[in-house]
Amino acid sequence: MNAWRSPGIWLILLVVLVSSSWPLLTQKAATREVVFTVLLSVVLASSLNIILGYTGYVSFGHIVFFGLGGYIGLYTMSSLGASLYIALAAGGLSAALLAFLLGKAILRLRGAYFALATIGVNEAMRAFINNFQPFGGPIGISLNFNVYKAYGGAAQALWLTYYLLIALSIVSILLSYLVKSSKFGLGLMAIREDEDAAEVMGVITPNAKTWAYVLSAILPGMVGVLFYFKNGNIEPGDAFRLHFSVELLVMVMLGGYGTVLGPILGAVGYQRLRGFLLTSPLFKNIQLSVAGALLLLIILFIPAGAVGWLRNRFSPLRRLLP
Amino acid sequence: MEIFAFLVDGLLLGFVYGIAAMGMTLIWGVMNVINLSHGPIIALGSFGVYLLFTNLGMNPYLALVLVAVGGLLAGILIYTVAIHRVINAPHLSTLLATFSVNMIIIGLGTAAFTTTPRTVNFSLGSLSAGPVTVLGTRLVAALAAILVTAGLYLFLYRTTPGKYVRAVANNRAAAELMGIPSSRILALSFGLGTMLAAIAGGLIATFFPFTILSGGVYELKSFVISVLGGLGNPIGALAGGLILGSIEGIIPKFLPTTWVPVLEFLMFIIILLVRPSGLFGAKR
Repeated sequence: MNAWRSPGIWLILLVVLVSSSWPLLTQKAATREVVFTVLLSVVLASSLNIILGYTGYVSFGHIVFFGLGGYIGLYTMSSLGASLYIALAAGGLSAALLAFLLGKAILRLRGAYFALATIGVNEAMRAFINNFQPFGGPIGISLNFNVYKAYGGAAQALWLTYYLLIALSIVSILLSYLVKSSKFGLGLMAIREDEDAAEVMGVITPNAKTWAYVLSAILPGMVGVLFYFKNGNIEPGDAFRLHFSVELLVMVMLGGYGTVLGPILGAVGYQRLRGFLLTSPLFKNIQLSVAGALLLLIILFIPAGAVGWLRNRFSPLRRLLP
Repeated sequence: MEIFAFLVDGLLLGFVYGIAAMGMTLIWGVMNVINLSHGPIIALGSFGVYLLFTNLGMNPYLALVLVAVGGLLAGILIYTVAIHRVINAPHLSTLLATFSVNMIIIGLGTAAFTTTPRTVNFSLGSLSAGPVTVLGTRLVAALAAILVTAGLYLFLYRTTPGKYVRAVANNRAAAELMGIPSSRILALSFGLGTMLAAIAGGLIATFFPFTILSGGVYELKSFVISVLGGLGNPIGALAGGLILGSIEGIIPKFLPTTWVPVLEFLMFIIILLVRPSGLFGAKR
């Protein structure tokens, strides 16, 4: 396949692998936590990019897949006694199924109407789970400490989630790249530019959009399981936080939407910036405002994001930065 | 008869929701922008009335007039700084631009006011008629909402700037060709939208406790109401507010209150799918 000959994707994978194995060498839990948050964002932002960046549909409530995956995963582990791996599969599958059903329904809406509908879906899900007794209602689900014993105790289990997250990050980057360099991805980008024209040119738009939505939901569902397994408990207010959804959009915009490298760079940049603002004595109290002001500046002056700007400025980079 | 009391309570609240949604729908109708800074502006309106009342001892309804002027100016400022540059860009840009304004206000507001709930200690007694008892503040809020709606209607249909607003909403390019200063009209429309949000916030402050974050709830309600009444239709928004208010009043009679948001958002999604132009809009 031609896609594998591009040096850019190998470079990205190498950098991600090397930097994420740093905590493995030092065996420091603190570094691992930092990298864990960054990798989590990389997976979520790269997945969101498939529907947002390639297809041009603004999914404002994308966190619903993350939260649903977490809920299904913790439920299968705590109530059905399944292992983490089965829970991971269940989380991914349920998110994919939800995306498929939603895709059939709300992907007919265009532009801002779709964005509004995804907000509605997220809020409806949050309100529903709040009342759904099998999932613990407003209290949520807590994992029994015994669950971790099967993985060699809590400390070992944390490392295990970290390894799994590295694997999922690699998968998400590969998925993002493969979609972009495939004919399917070309169809998605045609939809983004002009949906009616794409349809005339033979792209079966309802199917393409639905599959793009499903692909962008599976990995958020799986990392949701990992995150809440590590966390030990899940509650509705936390799992379906609209604010986190918007943070993902910011990451994609920051790095450059519609590119493979963009969401990765955006996720790393945003999380580093957030860490800096939260710890700096000057900005600690108004970190949200500073982040907001930066976002506004980017939207107004560099709408293509960091990678998009580089690609537009230096055309040789277009071949190197996928 | 008890249900009647619930209904009246909900309806009165619905007028206030309607005002907030009217602001959102006006902005959408004129410039196709979903204003995600709507919630924080509502909260700022609440804080405006609270600060003027608690620190200066001003009558809350007098304070409301000042808050309205402040809201208008804030909206014009937000439009000029954050939105004007991206007004023709794809939806994602305007969504994120208004959301960044949201973040800035919430961040500064949290630093200044913390997130402890505040209340305006102001009461107008209550009014009883048979089984129905209503709080005076709610009754006045509903009346104020009707007045504001009437004022907006008169402005849009009886004054020259109002005609300009409608012309720009209808067709911006044609309006420009007729010599209407469209940028200024867009800024004015955005200001009017935020003014309505601030008024709604101020009215809410007279009977509910609030924090800088509580605007988010009313922003989500505004989405639901705007879609119910048809995005871009201010009078529809008032009717949508009444519908939502009465639903909120009646449902707790039959189901636990926590089910209310589930039904609201399901209704929201279904209406988006089945009748995106709203209950009162023309069929597609």
